[in-house]
Order: sequence, then structure tokens, then C-alpha cells
Amino acid sequence: MSTVNKSRRDFLKLTSLTGGGLLLGFSWFSAEAKAPIVAAAPEAAATLGFNSYLSIAPDGLITILSPNPELGQNIMTSFPMIVAEELDADWTKVKVLQAPLDTKAFERQVTGGSGAVPHSWKLLRNAGATARAMLMGAAAARWTVPVEELTTSDGFVIHAKTSKKAGYGELAEEASKLPVPKEVKWKDRKDFKLIGKEIKNVANHDIVTGAPLFGLDFYREGMLQAMIQRPPAFGMKIKSVDAEAAKAMPGIINVVTFKNNVAVVGKSTWEIIKARRVLKVEYEKDGNIESTDDHNTLFKSLLDTGTPTVRRKDGDVETAFKNAAKVIRSEYQCPFLSHSPMEPQNFFAHVREDGAELIGPTQVPGAARSDAAKLLGIPEDKITVQITRLGGGFGRRLKTDYSNEAVELSSILKAPVKVSWTREDDMTGGSYRPAVRYRFEAALDASGNMIGYKCRGVGINSGNPTRENNFPAAAVENLLIESVEHRSPITTGAWRAPITNFLAFAEQSFLDEVAEASGKDPIQFRLDLLQKVKTTPVGTVGYSPDRMIAVTNLAVEKSKWGVKKPGVSQGFSVYFSHRSYVAQVAEVVMKNNKPSVTKVWAACDCGEVVNLSGARQQVMGGIVDGMGHAMFSKLTFKEGEPQEKNFDTYRLIRMREIPEVETYFVDNGIDPTGLGEPALPPTGGAIANAIYKATGKRVKSQPFLDDPVFTAKAAPLRAAPKKVVPPKKTKLPPSSLKKSKVQ
Amino acid sequence: MPKYNIQVNGKNQEVDVAEDTPLLWVLRDSLHLVGTKYGCGIAQCGACTVHLDGAAVRSCMFPVSAIGTGKITTIEGLSEKGDHPLQVAWNEVDVPQCGYCQSGQIMTAAALLAENPKPTMNQIVDTMHGNICRCGAYHRIREAVKLASTKI
Repeated sequence: MSTVNKSRRDFLKLTSLTGGGLLLGFSWFSAEAKAPIVAAAPEAAATLGFNSYLSIAPDGLITILSPNPELGQNIMTSFPMIVAEELDADWTKVKVLQAPLDTKAFERQVTGGSGAVPHSWKLLRNAGATARAMLMGAAAARWTVPVEELTTSDGFVIHAKTSKKAGYGELAEEASKLPVPKEVKWKDRKDFKLIGKEIKNVANHDIVTGAPLFGLDFYREGMLQAMIQRPPAFGMKIKSVDAEAAKAMPGIINVVTFKNNVAVVGKSTWEIIKARRVLKVEYEKDGNIESTDDHNTLFKSLLDTGTPTVRRKDGDVETAFKNAAKVIRSEYQCPFLSHSPMEPQNFFAHVREDGAELIGPTQVPGAARSDAAKLLGIPEDKITVQITRLGGGFGRRLKTDYSNEAVELSSILKAPVKVSWTREDDMTGGSYRPAVRYRFEAALDASGNMIGYKCRGVGINSGNPTRENNFPAAAVENLLIESVEHRSPITTGAWRAPITNFLAFAEQSFLDEVAEASGKDPIQFRLDLLQKVKTTPVGTVGYSPDRMIAVTNLAVEKSKWGVKKPGVSQGFSVYFSHRSYVAQVAEVVMKNNKPSVTKVWAACDCGEVVNLSGARQQVMGGIVDGMGHAMFSKLTFKEGEPQEKNFDTYRLIRMREIPEVETYFVDNGIDPTGLGEPALPPTGGAIANAIYKATGKRVKSQPFLDDPVFTAKAAPLRAAPKKVVPPKKTKLPPSSLKKSKVQ
Repeated sequence: MPKYNIQVNGKNQEVDVAEDTPLLWVLRDSLHLVGTKYGCGIAQCGACTVHLDGAAVRSCMFPVSAIGTGKITTIEGLSEKGDHPLQVAWNEVDVPQCGYCQSGQIMTAAALLAENPKPTMNQIVDTMHGNICRCGAYHRIREAVKLASTKI
């Protein structure tokens, strides 16, 4: 990116240079640069004091830049939809391009935390509304009519009184000469034509025709290819390298050792893979060598004797538990998980004398650049980053290890190089969902009221494995949330819905245990607690009880909770994460002594739904993702070495195993609160609670199907004799549930 | 290295690669047809699925030397304008999330429909079970296959 902080005059000059048209804070790509992967570096930019990215060409074509990395969350469609909505554009005349990294033109070019739409909602609306106001201003001047008499529709400015009509393209040049309005009016949501509708993914055609979109597809004449041999186990380092045989293999250009990496460099993937097979690298111990068995022992000892960090403390927990009529205690554990995006890690780097060029799939282009700047000792403005489409991310591409490697290797080779990982490299190369064990305790008084609540989480490189201000915090007088950390050489990172992807299952299962001990319907038990948060909250309230109640009631209604069906058991779960609320009811039937999930209802409050099609995808995909990993997946270690290395042993959910899913959204007009992650956390808990009803067996560790009760050829499990009582209707606040959108 | 003459998407191509080179890497590295994806390299995920004489094969484990006179079709050659009923249905149902696995999914489905133009939902699911979609777009994949089967 070359041009910043342009003055108003520069802006005008720029627009005339580009041959007319309205250009707003827009980074102009060289035209039609689709192949081989992304456009060339932008030639110019204008900044108008707001972050928006659209241009209108004289022929009416509107180009909108999508600045955030696209990994399947559909941001490349939903961001431009918001701009086009306020612009009142004809969606069929909108073209979307992926922007490169440009921290001066764009804010938060990050994909993570389900945060892009919540962060940019207002900026994008302003962008569209500003351009619309300028186009209306141009029409008012041209027709000498008051701007108040003008309307817009589908890319035209209209003056009804005189039946005048002009396309945005015709007005663009005149509009570009007008002052940029400081304040603009947004559409009323009842007038939305795009937002809330089902709009198809703008990349569909490229995807279904096999266009080169992804990092791994990038090719440039003269570039080298490389793969890197990394230590086979965590806690090991290189002792010696014998690269003679590998170097002698056909097509191999070099073998380079740096840090703990041995890079095999060639011109084609298969030649490199074959050369790796004859590469001889000896490793030696460089830290703790840990196995899953060690972690299991460690979890138990740290739960008892670890020094905890107190995350939240309300009231007098000790006295509450001393005075309790009943104490319920339960422990839950989850394994490490690999992110396993379908596109394995890869990155292209070309380090030159005068700077560096990075191209690849990253959720954090800014961090990739700053890391590269540090590694190379050059200023960041000498480095460009092009963001390719990401073949999934799930948090793995929040790390920069794989772009850093490419930068270092290119710097050593003094040549452009694409480093790619095999699936085995990806699965054994680190940055996993951390393994965690929780101990929950609840104190009940003689009437079955929860008077005390404790949660202690022990995580392996998990950071804080609790969400201390989440429900049921604020609903219990005496509460203690603590965590204990074990530092390990096994690397971990954010994995879709970090921490909550497992904590939600554990906590929602435990709440069902407590509800049963208190003799209440599990949903009524939660609703009573939420009512208490509304009337007499304890300490900080980190969530909205009204929104949680609304999704709970919607899930109850849609799933017909409590209506008995022979052989079918229902489980409930509700969770708040990433600012959004999702309640789920799962139905389980037992087949050959194994639980089969047949249906999931999801009631979601993510505020305004931007793209209904994309939103449903995120919810359905999140449920499939949450269910698959809860039921089937684990990554285990033996002497520091991951035991599952590819999809033959690392089990991912497949088509036969998916449940039917019904998705509902609360229509409350709240600004969008994020949806890439929030549908995932509740799924495991809803399923586990249904399994309990079906079998009387409470699964307390993932993957569920590893539980001995399902792996052994045991006698059929008994059905839990519990009678299900539907919850009482809770009165909703008037605005919280206008209508639901039914799939 | 030996030279192989192979027919890909109706074109004869000469490639100069080792005999054990999987078709996947011939397509991607030698011919720059990158619509066929690498996902696992051990025929577990289906991202690399192409057609050999109309049948779905996992190109990641299919050596170039075994192709002979067989005709290869990749996603790039499935239709001229990207309008195979499956490609149309994929857009109609709005299937893709990240999109990486989708060419393999479509090629698997296309081989099914060529053999059995009116499959039942169970037959669709049984066939598509071999292809992993990490985003979990399975509901729409099966719906799109079903939709395409009504248009053939």
C-alpha cells in the first residue's frame, strides 16, 4: 500500500486520474487480476477519514473491497452486503475483491473471535450511506431539486415529482467532487433489502470451477517449493542432520537447516516428499517429554494440590459448602484437538534486498507482517501481505509460525519460495486445542436451591480455562472460579470457540446434574437462576439474562421439549460466547448400544442476522463441528509424539453421522454480535444430557464414543427413569422476541 | 525421468515425472490444474477426487504410470462454463463455506450421478460419506446432490 492520508485535493486528483467515478477510501486494484490468485499490489488509495472501501465506475459497476481474511465464515459476502445495503445498490452489479493488508486504510484485518461484523457494522453502514448521500447530492445539483425530494433504489437516484432517474454510474464523477458529508442517515431496518436475506456466497463460481483461490494454489514462475522436517515429538531438538541422500534425490535443489527445521527445497511436491523419506535427522531431548498418561495423572494431582489463580470469588463459599444439605461434585475432561483445516498450512515468501512479499492463508496478516519485519530486521512498510482465501482456519491460522518459516527460508535461499505442509506435518506440528480437566462442585440447601458453586479448571498451556463471568456466575451467592496452569512443550492455541468449545459441555452437563439433585427440570432450573440474575444479581453480570432466557424459550418451543417420543431422548444446553446466545436441544437414539444424534434444534441470538444463508451455515456447521469433535476426535501423545497423524486415525465427523438441524434466530434488531463460533459450544452439552437421559450414563470425557460403556459389548444400558416436566413459561421482556425466522 | 502422455480434460499432455508420482501432483505441479486439492495424501478425505474414465478416483494415491490411455477429468474440465448440474446446484443451495473440499465433493457426486442419475438420499449419503468437509457443510452438500439429480 503506497498512498496514505490523502488530502481532499489529492482525492479529487486521484479520481480524475482513474477516469472518473466515485472512489471512497478505496484501494484500487489493477483491473481484473483474478489469476493466478490475488490482485497485484494496489496502485493508489484515498483516505477520507472513515474506513470504507467502495468504488463506483461510470458504467455503474460497484467494486467493494473485503479487507478481512475469508476462511468460510462468509465475510467476503456479508461485509459488502452491509455496504451495498446502505448504498441501496443493485447487488447484481457489485463485485467483491479481497483487499491486501493495509493497516492505514482498514481496521482490524483479523479473522478471529467472531468479531469482524460486530466491529465493522457501523463503519460499513457509514461507508454505504456516505456514498449514497453524495450520489443524491450530485443528482440534486444536476436537476436543481431539493435533496430531500430524492429517493434511491437498486443503484438509481430517483426524483418522483419530475420522473427523473439517474444511475449511480452516471452520477459518480459529479458525486466525487462534492464534500464528504460528516453525518449520514442509515436505513430503517424495515427497509433492508439485503441484510437478513439469503445472499449467495460471492465466491461460489470460483469455488465450484476449481479456480486458484487458496494459498496452496499460489504459483509464480521461478518460485521454489519446500517442505520442512520438524521434530517428531514435543520436547525434542535437532542433534544432527545427514542430508546427503536427500540432496542426491532427483529434483532437490538444497537442504537447509535453521532453528529446529530442516527444509528440503526443490521444484515439485512429490520429489520433495520422496527426498524427505531419505533425510536423516537425529533428535535429542530438549525439555519435558510428556504422554497422555502423564497428563491424566497430572490433572488429578493438580486439581487437588495445584496452586490456583482465583478468577472470581463471590460471597463466602466455605461457609456455604459447610452448611449445605447436599454437595454435588463432578469432573470433566477433554483431550487435545488438532485444528486440521482442510488446506494444510502453507505460505509464500519472497525476501528481496529492498523488502519482502508475503502471500498466503492467514487469519492475522498484520501479525504475519510484524513478525516478518522482526525476523528480517526491516521496517514493516517494506513488506506487503496478500491474503489468499483460507481453506479453513478454526484458529490455527492465528499463529504465524508457518509464515515465519517461509520468510526465514526465503531469506536464507535469497529466492521466492512456497513452504507447504503435509497433512502429517499439520497434525503433528503443534498449536492444539489444549487438554483441560474441570472439577465442579455445587452446594444445595434443604430446598434444593444452589447456594454455592465452585469450578476449578486445570489446563495444559490453556491460559485461563474458565470463563469466570459467564453463567451461572451472578446467579449464585457464593461462587469460586479458579484455574491451574501446567506449562508443557506441547504447543496450543485458540481453537474455534476457544475454551468454551469444551467448557460449555462440562458446565452444561454439570448443571443438569445439579438440577437432577435439586429435583428440578433442567431447563426450569436454569430459568430460575436467570430470573435471579435479573432480580438480585450477585457481582459482575457478564451476559444478558433476558437474551439467554429468550433463546432458551425459543429452543423449548421449537423442539417441543418434554413431549415424549418412544426411543428418543432430549438434552438441553444454552451458552453465551463471543457476545451471542445459543440454546440447543439434541435428540439421541441408541443404536447397537451407541448413541446416535438424530436431531438438533438451535435457537440463536446473534443480534441482526446479516446474511441468513451464511448465518445458517455457521450454525449448522458449528453444530456438526461441535458434535463431531465431542463424539469422535482426540489427539493423544506418547513420549511427546502425537499418535494421530492423519485422517485414518484422527477421526472427523462424516456425512452419515450428522443430525438433522433446525436453526432459528431471534429477531431483535440488536447490532450484530457474531456468529462464527457461538453455535459450537452448546452442542456437546445438549448431546451429553440427551445421552444421560437415554442411558442413565453421564459421559464426562471427550470423545464420548471412547467411553468404556459404549466401546464394550455390554448389556443394553437402562433408560433413565426420570420424568420430564416441561418448564413453566417465563414472561419475556417485550422487545426480546419479536418473531423467529424459521428455516 | 520417464515421459507420460496423459489425457486430461480432453487434452493430451506430456509430463516428465517419476513413475510413482501421484496424479494429484502431476495435475497441481506439472499442469497447474490446482482445482484438485491435497487434503491428506492417503485417500481418506476425498479432496483430490478426479475421474478416470468417468469413475471417481483419489488422485493422491494414483500413480501417473497407472493411467495409461485412461481419460482424466478434473473439476476444471467437468463442464465448459461451470454449469454442470452439480455446479449449478452448489450455487443454488449455497453450499461452500471455506470451499476447499468442494471440488472433490463435486467430482465424487458427479461420478455417482453419471452411474446412477436418480440416487436415493441414502445412496447419496453413502457415497459422499468418504469425503470430509471440515466446515461441516454436509447438509447442503447432500441437498445439492439431490437437487442436481432432479435436473439431469
